[in-house]
Amino acid sequence: MRKARAAAILAGLAIAAAACGNAPTTTQPTASGSAPASGGAKPLEGVKIEVAAKWTGAEQKNFEAVLKAFTDKTGAQVTYASTGEDTGAYLGPRIQGKNPPDVAILPQPGLVQQYAEQDALIPLTAEVTKEIDANYTPYWKELGSAEGQVYGVLVKAAHKSLVWYRSQPFEDAGVQPPTNWDELIKAAQTIADSGTPPFSFCGASGWTLTDLFENIYLSTAGPENYDKLSKHEIPWTDPTVATALEKIQQIAGKQEFLVDGTSGTMQTDFPTCVSKVYGTDKSAMVIEADFVAVEADQSGAKVGEEAKYFPFPKAGDTTPVVLGGDVAVAMKDSPGAMALIQFLASKEGGEVWAKLPGYLSPNKNVSPDNYPDELTKQLGQTIISAGDAVRYDMSDLAPSAFGGTDGKGQWKVLQDFMRNPSDVKGAQEALEAEAKKAWK
Amino acid sequence: MTERLDGPQDPPAQVAGGPSTGPAETPRKQRRLGPSPTVAIVFLLPAALLLGIWVVYPIVYSIFRSLFDSTGSGFVGLGNYAMIFSDQGMLTTIRNNLIWVVVAPIVVTTIGLIFAVLTERIRWATAFKLIVFMPMAVSLMAAGVVFRLVYEENPDKGLANAILTTVHDTFSSSQGYPEARPREGDQSPVALQGGAVVTKQPAQVGTPVLFPIVGVKPEVMPSNAQPAKAAPAGDGLSGTVWFDFTQGGGGTNNAVDASERGLPGVTVEAVRDGQVAATATTADDGTFRFDGLPQGSYVVRLPQSNFEAAYGGLTWLGPALITPAIIGAFVWVWAGFAMVLIAAGLAAIPRDALEAARIDGATEWQVFRKITVPLLSPVLLVVFVTMIINTLKVFDLVFIIAPPSVQPQANVIALEMWRVSFQGGNNQGLGSALAIFLLILVLPFMIMNIRRFRRGDS
Repeated sequence: MRKARAAAILAGLAIAAAACGNAPTTTQPTASGSAPASGGAKPLEGVKIEVAAKWTGAEQKNFEAVLKAFTDKTGAQVTYASTGEDTGAYLGPRIQGKNPPDVAILPQPGLVQQYAEQDALIPLTAEVTKEIDANYTPYWKELGSAEGQVYGVLVKAAHKSLVWYRSQPFEDAGVQPPTNWDELIKAAQTIADSGTPPFSFCGASGWTLTDLFENIYLSTAGPENYDKLSKHEIPWTDPTVATALEKIQQIAGKQEFLVDGTSGTMQTDFPTCVSKVYGTDKSAMVIEADFVAVEADQSGAKVGEEAKYFPFPKAGDTTPVVLGGDVAVAMKDSPGAMALIQFLASKEGGEVWAKLPGYLSPNKNVSPDNYPDELTKQLGQTIISAGDAVRYDMSDLAPSAFGGTDGKGQWKVLQDFMRNPSDVKGAQEALEAEAKKAWK
Repeated sequence: MTERLDGPQDPPAQVAGGPSTGPAETPRKQRRLGPSPTVAIVFLLPAALLLGIWVVYPIVYSIFRSLFDSTGSGFVGLGNYAMIFSDQGMLTTIRNNLIWVVVAPIVVTTIGLIFAVLTERIRWATAFKLIVFMPMAVSLMAAGVVFRLVYEENPDKGLANAILTTVHDTFSSSQGYPEARPREGDQSPVALQGGAVVTKQPAQVGTPVLFPIVGVKPEVMPSNAQPAKAAPAGDGLSGTVWFDFTQGGGGTNNAVDASERGLPGVTVEAVRDGQVAATATTADDGTFRFDGLPQGSYVVRLPQSNFEAAYGGLTWLGPALITPAIIGAFVWVWAGFAMVLIAAGLAAIPRDALEAARIDGATEWQVFRKITVPLLSPVLLVVFVTMIINTLKVFDLVFIIAPPSVQPQANVIALEMWRVSFQGGNNQGLGSALAIFLLILVLPFMIMNIRRFRRGDS
C-alpha cells in the first residue's frame, strides 16, 4: 500500500519475478544455516517451513532474526521468500500451481477473504486461536477471519494516526502541539500568519488522503460507524461522512494553509511531501504514519529533535488510532506452519521482534518497554491505551477498486475534493457511486 | 500469411513465362520447379506455430475472456463492452485517445516534413538530422522520466516553466510580498478588497495609519528591513506597514511590537473619491508619509501589485494541460523518425521536376505545395498511418509523465487496459474487452499499411 507508485512501476517486474518464483529453489535459505543439531526437547526438529512476506532490506533482516528465535526454540528450519511489493501477484501463480509457501504474510486483510474464498488458506487450529484470544482484542480476531473461521493474525502494525511536525516553525510561531481539532486549526492559522504554510499534503498519493479521512472519521463518528462504513453498511451520503469532510474542508479550503497551494499539493506525492517539511523546510506539518520517520531521516532531520510528532488530534469524541499492518496466514496444512503462526502471535515472539527497530506490535500483551527507542514506546502506548477503539485502515478493508487504486474510487474522489473543497455533497455522492460499483 | 507466401511464388512463374520461347504446355512442369506443398508446409510450420502461440491464441483467448467478469467464471456477454461506453472515466479515456489520434500524427508528420525540407538546404544537415533523430534511441520510459522533470511546476526544477518565467520576467518583474495578507478577523484595522489592502476606516490627516500584515514568507523578507516604528503624528498623512508577527509568539496583534520589522518598498496610495490623490513608498522601517495632502479623510490603500506572486509558469501536469504536455513529449520522440523517413522520400524525388517548375517561374512555396508534397504523399501517408497506430496504443509516456492525481484526466485506452487488469480491481474481463476494442481501432490502419506495402512491392 505504501509507496504505491513504486509498486505500480515495479508491478510488471514483480509479475515476471512471480512467474519465475514458482520453483521453491529460487528462494534464498536463511536462518537455516544455524539449525541446531542438539535434539531432544525440540519438537519440530527437521521440519522445513517456507514463509513469504514482502519485506526486504532491514525489515527482512529483522524478521529473519525473529525466525531464528523460532528455530532456536523448535528446531524447525525456516526459509524466507520475498514476494516483492505486489504480494498478490507473487502468491497467485503459486496457489494455482498448488505450491504455496507454508506461511504467507499478507499486507491487506482483504486478501484473507479473497484467498479464503479460493480455499487457499488453512483455518488456524484451536491452539493458535487461543493464543489470539489471549493477546488480541476481538476486533483483530475478526479482521483475520472469513465466514466464521479464523485464518490469520495481525503480526506487524503501522501507526497511521500521527501528525509529524518540524519544531522550528512551531517555535517561531510560538505554538504548542495541539490536542484537538480546533487547536490544530488555530495553530495552523498562527503558523500561516508567521509566514510558513502549515500543511504539506501528498495530494498525488491518494492513500495519504484516505488516511487523513479515516482518522477524522474515526474520531468524529466513532468506531461503530467506522465499522459500518468500512463494510458499506451505511452509505457514504451519511451525515457522519459530511461532518468528516467538512473538517478536511477547514484545511483544504485555505490556500495559505497549503504549501505550494492546491495545484502544487495535488502534484506532490509521498515522500516528496515529507521532504517539503524536513528537507526544503518549506512547511511545518505532514499528516502520515510512523514510517515518515524513515523519510524524515533521509531528508536530514533528526527524528525526535527536529522531526517530532503528536497523536492525531481528537476531532470528535474518540481519540483516533488507525493501524495498517500485515496478517500471517497458513497456506499449507503442516504442523510447522501452525507453530510458526502461534509463535508470531505470542507474547514471546512479539517481544523478540519488538526489541528490533522499525517494528510495532498490535499484540496488547507486548509491553511497550520492549521497544528500542522512546518514540516507538510512545506509539506502542497509544495503541494499548486506545484498546477496543483501535481500527484498521478503512481503505485497505475496502475492495481495492475502491480503496486501493490510483485514479479510481475513494482516492480519486478525495483528490477531486482537495481540488474543490467547497462541494461536500458532490464528493459524498461521488463516493457513494464509486462504492456501489465496488461493492456490488 | 499464406497470401504473402503465394506472392513470392508467382514472380518466378511470370519471369519464366514471360521471356520463355518454349511451348505453352510447360506451366505444369514449371510449377513443380517451386517448392512442393509438403516442403512449403515444413518451412511454414515454425513461423505458423510461433504466430499461432503468440498472436492468434492470445487474441482468441482475449475475445473469450472479455465475455466474462473479473473472476473469470461469470459469463456477462457483452457487458464489459457496454461498460466501456457507459462509464464516465472510460469516456474520458476514449475522448483523450481521440485527441491523441487527431493531433499527434498531424503534428509529427508536419514537423517531420518541415525538418526534412529544411535540412536539405543547410550545411550541417547530417549533424542536425542526427540530433533530431537522437530521441528515437531513448526508450519511451526514459523519455517519460525526462519530460516529467521538464514539466515540473517549480521553475527551479522544470525546464518548461524555467523558460516561461525567464521570458516573462524579462518583460515584467515582480517585487513584493507574495501571499502576505492582513490578519483575519474584525480586530484588524485593514482588510482585503479585490486583492488590495485598504483601511477599514477613512484615515484623517494627522493620525497615523497602521497596516499590520501577516504571512510574509521568510525568503521574501528584505535584508534591509528595520524594526518597525510607529509613524510620528504631525503634518500630512503618515503610517506604518509592518510584519505584525513576533517571532516565537507573544506580541500584541495590530500593534507595533519591539521585535517586529517593517516592510520596506511597499507602494501606498491615498485615495479620495475613487481618485488616487498621492502615492508613497515605505521606508526601511515600514513608515510612509504623504506630504502636502489637503486636509480631509482618505482611504489608504496598498495596491495589489505589492502582493502579486512571482509568475510561476504554467501547471503543465495539472488536469487541464496534461494531455497537450504529453503529446509534446511524444512529438519530441517521434519527430526525428518522421523526418528521416520523409527525407529519404525527398531524396528519391526526381530533381528535374523541381527544376522544371523553378525554370517556369514557380516560387519556392509553389514548388513545395504543388510538386514536393504531392510527390511525397505516399511517404507522408506511411508516416501518418504509422503515427496513428503509435498514438492509439500510447502507454508508457502517459503512465510516467502524468502524476497519479491527474491520471484519470490523462488516461488513454492502453493505460486503462493495464490499470483495470492488473491494478486494484484485477478485472481482466474488462481489461480484455478494452484490449479487443483497441485491436479493432488499430486494425483498419494496419490493413491500410499492409495494403500499401504490398502495392509498393508490385
